[in-house]
Amino acid sequence: MNETPAAAGRPGLGALFIVFLTAGGVSFGGGVLAYLRDYAVKGYGWLDDDDFLDALEVSETLPGLNSVNMAVIIGDRLRGIAGAAVAVIGLMLPGTIVMMTLGALWLRQSHNPGVNAFLVGVAAAAVGLLLTVTLQLGHKQFERPLDLMLIAATFIAVSVLKISLLWVLLIIGPIAVWFYRPRGGVAAAERMVHLRERLHSHRAHWRH
Amino acid sequence: MGHKLLSLAWVFVMLSLLAVGGGTAVLPEMQHMTVHQFHWVTDQQFRDIYSLGQVAPGPNMLMVMVIGYRIAGVAGAAVVTFAFFLPDCLLTLYANRMWRRYQDSPWRQAIQRGMAPIAIGLMLSGTFAIAKLSIHNAVSFAIAAASLGILMWRRVNPVILIAVGGTIYLIFKSGILA
Repeated sequence: MNETPAAAGRPGLGALFIVFLTAGGVSFGGGVLAYLRDYAVKGYGWLDDDDFLDALEVSETLPGLNSVNMAVIIGDRLRGIAGAAVAVIGLMLPGTIVMMTLGALWLRQSHNPGVNAFLVGVAAAAVGLLLTVTLQLGHKQFERPLDLMLIAATFIAVSVLKISLLWVLLIIGPIAVWFYRPRGGVAAAERMVHLRERLHSHRAHWRH
Repeated sequence: MGHKLLSLAWVFVMLSLLAVGGGTAVLPEMQHMTVHQFHWVTDQQFRDIYSLGQVAPGPNMLMVMVIGYRIAGVAGAAVVTFAFFLPDCLLTLYANRMWRRYQDSPWRQAIQRGMAPIAIGLMLSGTFAIAKLSIHNAVSFAIAAASLGILMWRRVNPVILIAVGGTIYLIFKSGILA
């Protein structure tokens, strides 16, 4: 998407729908965010990179899929609640149609060894993809001892000790936030450093 | 039937609210509830449905609707889709408006920084869950390792790796069966 940015401003609901429909239709393997940024920031200039990054940080902190949360935030920001609804429906519509078609076909063939073999290979390739996204998104966290400890504690609690996710979040969540609790004057400076760091990890993430 | 729809709705609303860190982060809990607790699908079916989500465009976690479809047809798919996506959409709509008011609050930063490593840990757990369901021999291990290596090395559309991974494993299995 390299065309000249259209006049920045509030898009119509129809334009909003088409952009999210396109992002939802062309993104495979979890690359939705990259397309959204290409269209909404670079292509149409509805948002700047700071707005996009800010929305992404909120999306990542709140529960739910990042791409769907982004659709809600961007849609709401540009056109209110109707905009949020249109964005989410547009984003999900192409995948829903393909998913239901594949699901119906798969149900009839779910014991076909060829189908199973293909899907095992897909899942194995997905493991590499998921690991890449996780490592790139978390590369700053992996370098900080405190964060590394929190990552390890979370992983062990869920994957080894099989503790229910609700309890993991209720116990490790407050401890982690307490570690990063505000401690006087440095907050503003830290925020800038933090934002810059996040920009780097997100740039890596957008590619996928 | 009504009872099944209610259970589906309840489970996926819960999963929706627990999905801190996105879809991958909630995969182990989803597997636990749909396979081991409610026996809606087997481990193999869970893996197959997850893989279908990789093949479809858009958010991968749209695959949840196939779990609903398998249990209760189109009504099940609709219930699961609304249960899994609507609560988070409403929460995000509301929380984002609140969040903006606290833009410069140091606590906002504390929450974002504290939750980030937890989200990464949960994504690792989700990745591990899919790995346990799909990597059982040298060939599947090689597919995962190659996909990781290629993506770390350069920009490739993931759908190519997904398609090639599936095809290689299909050829490998056909060779064994033939």
